[in-house]
Amino acid sequence: MDEDAGSMQRIYNSGAGAIVTKSIGLKPRDGYPNPTLIELEYGFLNAMGLPNPGIEFFQDELKKLKKSNIPVIGSIFGSEVNEFIILSEKMEKCKVDALELNMSCPHAKGYGLEIGSDPKLVKEIISGVKNSVKIPVFVKLSPNLTNIIEIAKSAEEGNADGIVAINTLKAMKIDTELKIPVLSNKIGGYSGKAIKPIGIRCVYEISKNVDIPIIGVGGIVNGEDAIEYFLAGASAVQIGSGVYYRGIDIFKNICFEIKKWMEKHDYTKLSEIIGVSHL
Amino acid sequence: MNYPKVTKIINVTKENFNVKTIKFQYPGDVIPGQFFMIWIPGVDEIPMSVSYIKNGVKGITFKKVGEATKALFELEKGDKIGVRGPYGNGFKIKGKKILLVAGGTGIAMIAPVAEEIKNRNISTSVIIGAKNKEDLFFEKRLKKLDLDLYITTDDGSKGYKGLATDFAKELINKHKFDSVLTCGPELMMKKLYEICSDISFQASLERYIKCGIGLCGQCCIGKGLRVCKEGPVFDKNTLKDIEDFGFFKKDASGVKIKF
Repeated sequence: MDEDAGSMQRIYNSGAGAIVTKSIGLKPRDGYPNPTLIELEYGFLNAMGLPNPGIEFFQDELKKLKKSNIPVIGSIFGSEVNEFIILSEKMEKCKVDALELNMSCPHAKGYGLEIGSDPKLVKEIISGVKNSVKIPVFVKLSPNLTNIIEIAKSAEEGNADGIVAINTLKAMKIDTELKIPVLSNKIGGYSGKAIKPIGIRCVYEISKNVDIPIIGVGGIVNGEDAIEYFLAGASAVQIGSGVYYRGIDIFKNICFEIKKWMEKHDYTKLSEIIGVSHL
Repeated sequence: MNYPKVTKIINVTKENFNVKTIKFQYPGDVIPGQFFMIWIPGVDEIPMSVSYIKNGVKGITFKKVGEATKALFELEKGDKIGVRGPYGNGFKIKGKKILLVAGGTGIAMIAPVAEEIKNRNISTSVIIGAKNKEDLFFEKRLKKLDLDLYITTDDGSKGYKGLATDFAKELINKHKFDSVLTCGPELMMKKLYEICSDISFQASLERYIKCGIGLCGQCCIGKGLRVCKEGPVFDKNTLKDIEDFGFFKKDASGVKIKF
């Protein structure tokens, strides 16, 4: 629900505070053949393969969307510094409010996680982008790393304005009847309810070690899940798979549930609970 | 669970030179107009409207057009496919006098609708249209239902010579239908939509579908309507606000392509 102006507008109207776009690259990309997404017991396994219409075409959608003043975070992916810089500049021209650098997609060769597991490269790309644009730059990190703190520190050293954690977990499903992996790409990324404890741990560890804000994501389906991320140190949260569990109204419902929790626990400002579990 | 259930093909029927029906065991209710995601292992997983509904047996009817349907065309009784669904909304049957208009492979989806309407003892007329008589199918199946069946072919090789929409226009002027339901090429449906300005109207739209469960956004049209979830059948009031209708669809990457 993040590929065209109409869908993003609908999500915003359903109560989301901002929209993160589909990850956009320089050229149109079909993604992988189906099956690209299946449901498992406690979440979803996907290997969409970064399908996107490319920045030239996507600019039209952004321009349409920005007419209505919706806060938009432009997500981009590239294979090297220059690609990220070109995409960032084009996104900024379309008046997106911030950028999210996808350095964590676990199933696209030469992109995502393959970039985001090299601390030097992460720092280099963020510095490059930061020197080219004025809007805030976030970087989305992967939990598929032995040491997420090291990469988070590189992001901070590169002057990132925030860290988004986490992307999906590398995973596979084999069909026992056909004895083959179900996804056409074989390996995919696991999202949904099952990964929340991993996301919470990552946000907690990152917030202990860096000073820039964190956006928490992974397995949030209700207000209490979001509160847990805030307590771990996140300043905002993202929702994706949750749309399946609770429909498009999930955004407005979660906002309501967060408010209820705060009232019950005598908080008036969200900032009062961010990182409280560290005390 | 939205996971492909692996099932064996129990019957394959050739409907014409490049259209086949595959039947398989699959429990549960299905509304005509809903679709399954059919996994052809090692090839692709594609959306397919239900064309047969009989208790535990369901069927799909398809034309050999792309890589996936070509592979599906080669499958035989006993071969395994994965099935998940049914997905989408299906047709809402209302009114006392209904006209069904099917074009090309749209006939596959309209046939079970005709059977359902007939079951409810509602007066029904059906138009099936194709390029020529070789492309037609399900004629016998629909004739058995004892309803008003009309055939149109672009080249006149069978039935009325001309477009299904031209014939539909004449029929609509002659009879007073409460409701028109259609499935076929989008430009045909768009024309019909314009003809049906003062009759209840539903059309089943086709878009590139990936996840089938409303998550990936690939099939979104208009203001964020998911063809796999809020569709594939849309009524006149909804269609009037979908600027994509009859104008463009998205390819696998999301680039918009004009019809």
